[in-house]
Amino acid sequence: MAEPMRIRATMTGDVADVKVLMNHPMETGLRKDAKTGQLVPAHYITNVTATVNGGKVLDAGLSGGISKNPYLGFRVKGPKKGDKVVVNWTDNKGDKNSAEATIG
Amino acid sequence: MNALRRNVLKGAAGAGTVAVAVAAGLLRPTQALADVPRSAFEAKNVGDALKNMGASGLVDSKDITIKAPDIAENGAVVPVEVTSGIAGTTAIAILAEKNPTPLLADFGLMGGAAGYISTRIKMSQTSLVRAVVTAGGKSYTAAKEVKVTIGGCGG
Repeated sequence: MAEPMRIRATMTGDVADVKVLMNHPMETGLRKDAKTGQLVPAHYITNVTATVNGGKVLDAGLSGGISKNPYLGFRVKGPKKGDKVVVNWTDNKGDKNSAEATIG
Repeated sequence: MNALRRNVLKGAAGAGTVAVAVAAGLLRPTQALADVPRSAFEAKNVGDALKNMGASGLVDSKDITIKAPDIAENGAVVPVEVTSGIAGTTAIAILAEKNPTPLLADFGLMGGAAGYISTRIKMSQTSLVRAVVTAGGKSYTAAKEVKVTIGGCGG
């Protein structure tokens, strides 16, 4: 399940603009399979955290109401070019994924 | 089966309005939204969701900007951008009021993170998209209606 996650981080003035694209089905548990009529079990990211140079900047809780392959954009004041951004997520089945990028 | 489901949903939405009114006076003191319990995400209506996330005394604020389409053709992917101009913003939560579980996400911001979040949400039907911002222990809110042509929660 650990498919790659993509992060792009760029400096605009003194603010780092971070864009993250995660790979995840984000099943709510309410959708029915069109062929079998069975409910598709819930499978979605429940927690996303982000750090810049090791300091936490984002701690988010998610529900299945976030679109498939979640996109997340956030901004951080203060970092410099070359600083490292790390993003981690955990889903309701305990799967985890992590990716890092350098602010450019 | 389907008709029953509709009625159940309708009932839930109606109850939600009452719950908001009731909840207003009964809520716990505001807590940091970054630690939103999972029960808030499982709540079936806006009132319960807000109550479980500990958001009380919501104040309408013009300093919160919600950027979302007026009409979303595909409810499965609705881009939403929330910008909070309120100093000391520590959390931004996003709710779609008529979704089966209205609370979509709660973003705790710290360590220099600006009051800005951009993401994509699912919407089951036309409804208000509400942002709840926590700053200095208080909760502020703003909402924008998004019309949905095709619902995105499957079924």
